[in-house]
Amino acid sequence: MPEDFLPIAVLIILATGLSFTILLLGQIFGPRRPNPRKGSPYESGMRPYGKGQRRVPIHYYLIAVLFILFDVEIIFILPWAVVLRDLGIFGLIEMGLFVAILLIGFVYAWKKGALEWD
Amino acid sequence: MTTADLNVALPFIIVAAWACILLVIDLFIPADRKGLTALLAVAGMGFASIPVLLRFEESNRAFNGMIVQDGFSSFLQLLLLGVGVISVALAYDYLQRRKIVKGEYYTLLLFSVSGMVLMAQAGDLIIVFLALELLSVPLYVLSGFAAKSNPESEEAAMKYFLLGAFASGFIVYGIALVYGATGTTEIEAIHNVLISGVSNLGLLTVGAVLILVGLGFKVAVVPFHMWTPDVYDGAPSSVTALMSVGAKAGGFAALLRLFLAGFPEIAANLAPILVGVAALTLIWGNIAAIAQQNIKRMMAYSSISHAGYIFMMLPAIVDSDIAPDAISAALFYLFVYAVSNLGAWGVILALERADGGGLSIDDYAGLGERNPGLALAMALFMLSLIGVPPTAGFIGKFFLFRVVLDANMIGLALVGVITSLISAYYYLRVVVVMYMRSGDPQVRSERWLNATLWLTALGTFLLGIFPGPLLNLASRTGLFGLVP
Repeated sequence: MPEDFLPIAVLIILATGLSFTILLLGQIFGPRRPNPRKGSPYESGMRPYGKGQRRVPIHYYLIAVLFILFDVEIIFILPWAVVLRDLGIFGLIEMGLFVAILLIGFVYAWKKGALEWD
Repeated sequence: MTTADLNVALPFIIVAAWACILLVIDLFIPADRKGLTALLAVAGMGFASIPVLLRFEESNRAFNGMIVQDGFSSFLQLLLLGVGVISVALAYDYLQRRKIVKGEYYTLLLFSVSGMVLMAQAGDLIIVFLALELLSVPLYVLSGFAAKSNPESEEAAMKYFLLGAFASGFIVYGIALVYGATGTTEIEAIHNVLISGVSNLGLLTVGAVLILVGLGFKVAVVPFHMWTPDVYDGAPSSVTALMSVGAKAGGFAALLRLFLAGFPEIAANLAPILVGVAALTLIWGNIAAIAQQNIKRMMAYSSISHAGYIFMMLPAIVDSDIAPDAISAALFYLFVYAVSNLGAWGVILALERADGGGLSIDDYAGLGERNPGLALAMALFMLSLIGVPPTAGFIGKFFLFRVVLDANMIGLALVGVITSLISAYYYLRVVVVMYMRSGDPQVRSERWLNATLWLTALGTFLLGIFPGPLLNLASRTGLFGLVP
C-alpha cells in the first residue's frame, strides 16, 4: 500500500528541490539593478495611490454575491445544454427547478433592495 | 429517480419547498403583520407532518438508499416538526418585545427544521453531511438575529459559525476516510462491507472517530462543548430553545443510526471512549451548571448534561440484544427532554425583559407569589429535568439507566445517578428562589406563549403518569428494520 505512493513522494521532493534550486541560482548569479520603477507594485505603469486598506462601499459585496449566483448557474447550464437531448424532459424539469430556486433568491434580493445603488 | 422516491422524501421536500415559497411570500407581507408569516410557517410544518403520520411505521428506501424511511425517522420527524411549531409560538411575542421582528426569522427556522427532518431520514453519509449543514447554517444566522442591538448575539453567531464549520470539517474528513476504507458512503452498505471483512480496519476506525467528534460538537458533549454556554447565552432565547432541542435531536438521529446501522462493530472497539465521553459530559455538565448565575448559561450546561444522558446509549447499542431498548429509550428521552426543556425556555422567555434583563436566577425571586401558575409550571419543568417522579423526566431517565444496567455498565450508571443528584442542586435552586424569596419579577403574558406553556406543562405531567402509549411507540419504532 504505502509503496504505491512512492511516485508522489518523489514528485513532491523533486518539485520542491527544483524550485528552491532555481531560486537559489537566481539569487547567486542574477544581476541586481533595482530602480524605483521596478520596485513599484504595478510594473504595468499603473500609479498606485492611497493606502492598501481603503474603505470600499459594502454594495460591492452584495453585487459580488449576486454575481456568484449567476456564475454558478451558468457553470451548471453549459454542460447541461450539451447533453440536453439525452436527458430529455427529465433534464428540462430538473434545470427548471434549479433555475427556479436561484430565481427565488434573486427575487428576494431584488425586493430587499440589493440592486439599488444608494 | 421516480415518484416513489420523491414520495419517501416528501416531509423534507414539503418543508424545504415551503421555506423557499415563504421567503418570497414574506416579501409582500407588510412589516406590522409578520404574524401571518409565523402562521404560514406553522401551517407548512403541520402539512409536512401529514405524510409522516400516514405511513408512520412503514419502511422504505429511496434514491438507492440515500434516503430511508422507518419508524425511527417518523418518530423523530414528528418530534422535530413539533419542536419547530413550538419554537415559532415561542418566538412570535419575543421578537416583538426585542424589536427584531423580521419575516426571515420564520423562513430560516423552516430551513433549519427541513435540515433536521432530512437528518432523521439520512441513509447515506453524504445526506448526513448535507442535512447537518442545512440544519446548522440557518441556526448560525438566527443566533446573530439580535446582533444590531446586542453585540453578544453577534459574538454568539460568530463563535457558533466558526466552531460549527470546524466540526463540519471533521465530519467531512471522517466521511472521506470511511469511504476510503469501505468504498461506499451508504450506511447499510458500510455495515455489509464491515461484516464481510475490511482490509483496513484502522482507517475505518479513525473515520468513525472523526465523525463522532464532528457530531459530538453539534450535540455538545464534553470535551466538544466549549461553544455551548456562550452561544446559548448570546443567541436570542427563542433561538436557543430551538437549538437546544432541535439541533441535539438531529445530531443524535445521525449518531444513533450511524453507530447502530453503520458500524456497530467499530462502536464495540470504541466502547471505552464512548463510555468516557458520556461520563465526562455528565460530570462536567452538571458540576459547571452549579456555578452559573445566569439562567440561560445554567440551561446551557443542563443541555450539555442531558446530551450526556442520551450519549450513554451509544456504548449500549453495541450489544444487539440491548440495542432495540437503547434506541427506544433514547427516542423517548429525546421526546421528554424536548417537552420539558421547551417548557422551561418558555418560562425564561416570559421573564426576559425587553432590554435583555431578567435572566439572572435572582430575577426569579417572588415568582411564586406574583404568578403562581408560571412558578408551578417552572417547578414542574425543573423537577422533570432532574428526573423526579411523577414527571416525564423520571420515566425517561429510568429507561436510560435500565438500559445502561442491562449493558453491564455499572460504573456509568453510578456516574449517571450521582450526577442526577448533583443536578438537583441547581435545578432546585431556581425553585427555592421562586418560592422562598420575595421580589418583583416582571412577567410577560401572551396568548401563544401561554398556550405553549400549558401544552408543555401538561405534556410533562401526563407523560410522567401515562408514559405507556409514547413508550410503546418508541419501542415499536426502536429498530430501523435495517439491522438484522
